[in-house]
Amino acid sequence: MQTDISKIHTDTHKIHMDIAHIKFLFKQMLRIRRFEEKCAELYTEEKIRGFLHLYIGEEAIAVGIMQALKPEDAVFGTYREHGHALARGLSMDKVMSEMFGKVTGSSRGRGGSMHIFDVEKQFYGGNAIVAGALPLAVGLALANKMQNKKNVVVCFFGEGAVAEGEFHESLNLAKLWHLPILFVCENNGYAMGTALAISESEQHIFRKAQSYGLAAHAVDGMNVVEVESAASQYCNSIRNGDGPCLLECNTYRFRGHSMFDTQLYRKADEVDEWKSKGPIKKLKRWLEANDKLSADELIEIEDEVAAEINQAIVFAEGSQLEEISDLYLGVYAEEES
Amino acid sequence: MRNQSLTYREALRIAIEEAMNADERVVLLGEDVGNYGGCYAVSKGLSETFGSNRIIDTPLSESGFVGAGIGAAIGGMRPIVEIMTVNFSLLALDQIVNNAATIRHMSGNQVSIPLVIRMATGAGKQLAAQHSHSLENWYAHVPGIKVLTPATVADARYMLGMALKDPNPVMFFEHVMLYNESAAIPVPEDCPDMCSAIVRQTGTDISLVTYGGSLPKALEAARQLAQQDVSVEVIDLRSLRPLDTDTLFRSVDKTHRLLVVDEGWRTGSLAGELCALVAENCFWSLDAPPIRVCSEEVPIPYPKHLEDAVTPQVAKIVEAVLGLLKQEIVS
Repeated sequence: MQTDISKIHTDTHKIHMDIAHIKFLFKQMLRIRRFEEKCAELYTEEKIRGFLHLYIGEEAIAVGIMQALKPEDAVFGTYREHGHALARGLSMDKVMSEMFGKVTGSSRGRGGSMHIFDVEKQFYGGNAIVAGALPLAVGLALANKMQNKKNVVVCFFGEGAVAEGEFHESLNLAKLWHLPILFVCENNGYAMGTALAISESEQHIFRKAQSYGLAAHAVDGMNVVEVESAASQYCNSIRNGDGPCLLECNTYRFRGHSMFDTQLYRKADEVDEWKSKGPIKKLKRWLEANDKLSADELIEIEDEVAAEINQAIVFAEGSQLEEISDLYLGVYAEEES
Repeated sequence: MRNQSLTYREALRIAIEEAMNADERVVLLGEDVGNYGGCYAVSKGLSETFGSNRIIDTPLSESGFVGAGIGAAIGGMRPIVEIMTVNFSLLALDQIVNNAATIRHMSGNQVSIPLVIRMATGAGKQLAAQHSHSLENWYAHVPGIKVLTPATVADARYMLGMALKDPNPVMFFEHVMLYNESAAIPVPEDCPDMCSAIVRQTGTDISLVTYGGSLPKALEAARQLAQQDVSVEVIDLRSLRPLDTDTLFRSVDKTHRLLVVDEGWRTGSLAGELCALVAENCFWSLDAPPIRVCSEEVPIPYPKHLEDAVTPQVAKIVEAVLGLLKQEIVS
């Protein structure tokens, strides 16, 4: 474990990471983990309704990728996007309030768990049609290119999206038009309950991207440092005008697909095995083994995270619901563009 | 004079050209819009003028390039996306209905999608059952998008520019039988606000409400009926969403009768919606039940005589009006 992470940040990818930054990554992952654990509780209390798709186990991807982005870069998430949103820097208050369906939520409560948007943060959802955001991300990258903006567009999707035509159409368009876009495949092995092996003839997603001419490879999606390193490299290359890339992050979701999942399609042993190499556990072990994280420090981080979550719940609980008289707000724009 | 007339197709091309000259954010993308000149030759010559960076030929990936148009609109462009026919737009239905129509509302009014999606619609060219349907009323069902059906050269000339200035996603339906229609060169005053209906001919006996490719048929039917002393008021809806119900109700309150001509299939049609609206809002001023001339409920067949038998025709419209009036006399 020890060599694993240090090797990556010193040799393989040649990016500098100091301990403060690694601790920051740790805290970001922990924020997402604890936030979602609380969301699951709030779901059973019926404070949060609808579908709730937890990112637990996959935190290293969102946290790693976001480190490579600038504020003007754009992000398209999936319907499992609480982690994307928090790692991108949306306020936890607004995200939690969105889960509560309150008007102070990031989408005024209109979207809920699956549709978190924040244009100020260049965060474009929250899309609950599998692969539905890929063409949008391509279009935004096209707009950036046409306006000579150097911004990167990042589009997250699960490996299930690869079976959709829009995945193939989008990769083709991105390469054909030489667009500044990073595709991030969060390969957690299951499209809801369908294992990759029973849905895809080629199970290495990055190879599909390579067949369209994109630079692409797979990384350990449980290793936040490895994800960040790869994302930084790709984003640099995209900013240099080298065209689109795809990063396949191999990962695992520790919880069910949504809160309704009885998980008949996988064995408990398999889940346990992946949990043992979870991204937070992995980084914590490394920090501790290198004497970089004391017990007191860990408590302090946990306390800060807990305080932020409690504050978010207080904020959401105390917020108002949208007036029904404002129901039609945002169906159409009124102003001329 | 012949050189002072303009076809519907040319009017569209001029409108695109004008928009692209006025605003560098405007781009046209779609299948064969560039080198080929557009499958209905609307964009012929534009790639020479504007180059392949702004007149963008796409692969046959309707979902991909319509989605890209939506994304480009989010990113500050003003894209015009051309889809060859409404039948092919079904391959992009997900992007139009699940993204273009929803994202503004779903994001709490944060994301703007100023986009125009143009496509050919309708029957009459013997293109059979996968190139001839009129599905615009499916789109008119969906809140969050606007649906326009320009039926005249003037509307082709000026509605597109209005659609591009609108901050919402706008679907723009061009009936295939209109492309060669010509008229005197229009002026902007010939094309009022894109969402208002126009009374194309005033009358007192019945309101004939229609849109798009059925407008010329409705006007011809009105002409023939005038010879039989039936005064028909012809209303061109122009916009299917939003609907200009004020103009509709005002007309029915005057004529006391309604006939809707709609090339869509009858079941679940826009014509049905219009009849329901009139029944709900003008019931006490009606002298007769609202009636409809729609397409027969079969996929559009290839042979001319069968294709004509499916879609609304002048004779059918005349017959429907006379039938309604006669029924009243009998009763």
